[in-house]
Formats: sequence, structure tokens, C-alpha cells
Amino acid sequence: MQNPVWTLIAVFLPLSVVTIGGGQSALAEIQRQTVDVQHWMTSADFVDTFAISRMTPGPGSLIATLIGWKVAGLPGAIAATLALFGPTSFLIYAVAHLWTRYRGARWQVALETGLRPVAAGMILAATNVLIQSMSGGWLARGICLASAAALTFTRVNPVILLALGAATFAAIHPLL
Amino acid sequence: MVLDEHPEKPTALQLFLVFSRIGLTSFGGGLSGLFMREFVDRRAWISRDEFMNGLALSQALPGVNVKNLSIWIGYRIRGRSGAIAGFLGTILPPAIFIIVLASLFARLTQFDLTQSLLIGAGAAAVGLSLSMGLIAGWHVPREAVPMILMATTFVAIGIFHLSLILTVLVAGGIGFAHAYYRAGS
Repeated sequence: MQNPVWTLIAVFLPLSVVTIGGGQSALAEIQRQTVDVQHWMTSADFVDTFAISRMTPGPGSLIATLIGWKVAGLPGAIAATLALFGPTSFLIYAVAHLWTRYRGARWQVALETGLRPVAAGMILAATNVLIQSMSGGWLARGICLASAAALTFTRVNPVILLALGAATFAAIHPLL
Repeated sequence: MVLDEHPEKPTALQLFLVFSRIGLTSFGGGLSGLFMREFVDRRAWISRDEFMNGLALSQALPGVNVKNLSIWIGYRIRGRSGAIAGFLGTILPPAIFIIVLASLFARLTQFDLTQSLLIGAGAAAVGLSLSMGLIAGWHVPREAVPMILMATTFVAIGIFHLSLILTVLVAGGIGFAHAYYRAGS
């Protein structure tokens, strides 16, 4: 029987490279590997695991950490996390490094101005997807809009807004 | 690797702590919005343009984008040690948190209150993402090509759920070619 830590690395290392954008892009493949291929957990367990990864702060892709933890304890958690997050770090690091070295080059100026509208479109698109997958009905949507307005027009600390959002929903929702 | 145009450089430890605090207080996504708020608006450690470049590159390059963006921001502020601080700060504390929470999970979800609080916090976090998108859109040049590229990117990814990498390659490629041509003339 192979050491599960190696299997975790073998599963998450390739996923590291195909993960583009949010960790969501790799989620379907993580589910397939975890449930169908490796039989680490049932599909119901996977949904629970996914729910926890959504409820906790930080990157949603930390679901890999949790799967590693469930499969092989602490070594599993460390292996899965590093396999998913580690290798591609060197790529963005190299790009950041080159960016500084060639500051002001024509290709860089073009990248800066050329990518700006694409980045704006991506943020708005991600927001749209988030709004559609949000639970909590109109009350949650109202909180979302109020929070967006407050952040756009004031310098309020977002953490305070999150706390306010949580308190507002918990206070009003039971009355509905 | 000190970038000189930004005053009051934080130490790597300070950077790690700021990334950790943001990582631990972001519920339901919207991490990039919190980063922009903290590093661009509040502390002015990097410029909005530098941030936006990093955001686009982080999403276009392979790897979890929030992690990529942390490394980018960290590198822009403090070079290598900043990049390491960004990586560790964004990944490590939330990773510990998720394991602790998973261990308590069975007890926590028995309370409706926990669910309600998380939904409310999540909604506010989506508002953060919305605000960030609006601000980013506001700063796009009011010209035909950038405006069309922004709208096309939004529709392709947000409405039709087309492949992110394909969209970024095509729209980003057109944007780059257009800007490269303009920069030369």
C-alpha cells in the first residue's frame, strides 16, 4: 500500500498547474479525484468538506489542506497544501522579478494599460458569479449592496463591515 | 531589491502580520478586494496601477490567484522576503484555522445563529468585491477598445462562464496589442 502522502502530492501537484483564476476552476477535478478515483471520502463527506472550506476565512482552495488532513493527518495537510500552492509560486515570483527589471519597457507599458480593462471585467464577472451563488435571499443582497456603497464612498474598515453584515443578517433574518 | 518610490517600508514580519490579518478576516471570497483596500487605499504601499497589473497577471498565470497576488504584492513592497511573507501570511494562518474549525464543525453547525452570521458576513464580502469592480471599471480609460474589452470580459466569464484562461488570453492579447501599438505611435 502506497503512502497516502505521496498519493496526495500526486493528486494535487498537477492541479496546481491547471488552476487558473480562483480555486473554483479546479474544484470539479478535486471532487472527482477525492471521491471517485482515490475513494478518500463519500460524495456527502465531500460536500461537508466543501462547506467548511467556504465558511472559513482565507483562500477557498484550502479545501486541499482539509482533504490532506482527513486523509493523512498533519503530514497530509502539509503535503496537499504545498503541492497545490507551492510550484506555481515560483512562476509569479519570476514574473514579478522581471517586472521590476524591465520597468518602463514598451511591452510593460502595453501590458499595464492593455490588461487594466480585462482585470476590471474579471472582477465584475467574479462579483456577478458570487452574487448569484449567494444564499440568504433579498436580505443578503441588500447587505451586499449597502456594503458595496459604503466601501466605494467611504474609507470604512472592511472587517467592521463584515461584522455589521453578519450582525444585521442574524438579527433580521429570524424575524422574516 | 528595494523599490524606492514608496515611503515607510514595512518589515517582512509586519507584512506577514497584515497578510495574516486579512487572510483570517476574509469570509466568502473577496480577498483581492481586501488586499486593494489595505495595501493601496489605506497604507499606500503600492500604487493602484501596480495592484491592477498584479491582479490581472495573478489571474492569467497558473496557480490560485489569491496566492499569486499575495506574492506579487509582497514582492512589489519588499522583494524576496516580502514575497515569502505574502505567501505564508495568506496560506498558513487560514490553513491552521480551517483544520481547527473542521475539528469543531459538528458542534458549530447545530446553531442556526452560526449559519446566519456567516451568510451575513459573506454578503458583505461580496459587496466588497462589487465595490472593487466598480472602482476598477471607473479607472478604465473611456475609449472604445478598453470599454469593449471590459464588457466582453465581463460577459464571457460572468454570464457565459467561458474558460477564464481563454478569455484572458484573447481579451488580454487584444488589449496588449492595442496598447503596444499606441505606445509606439
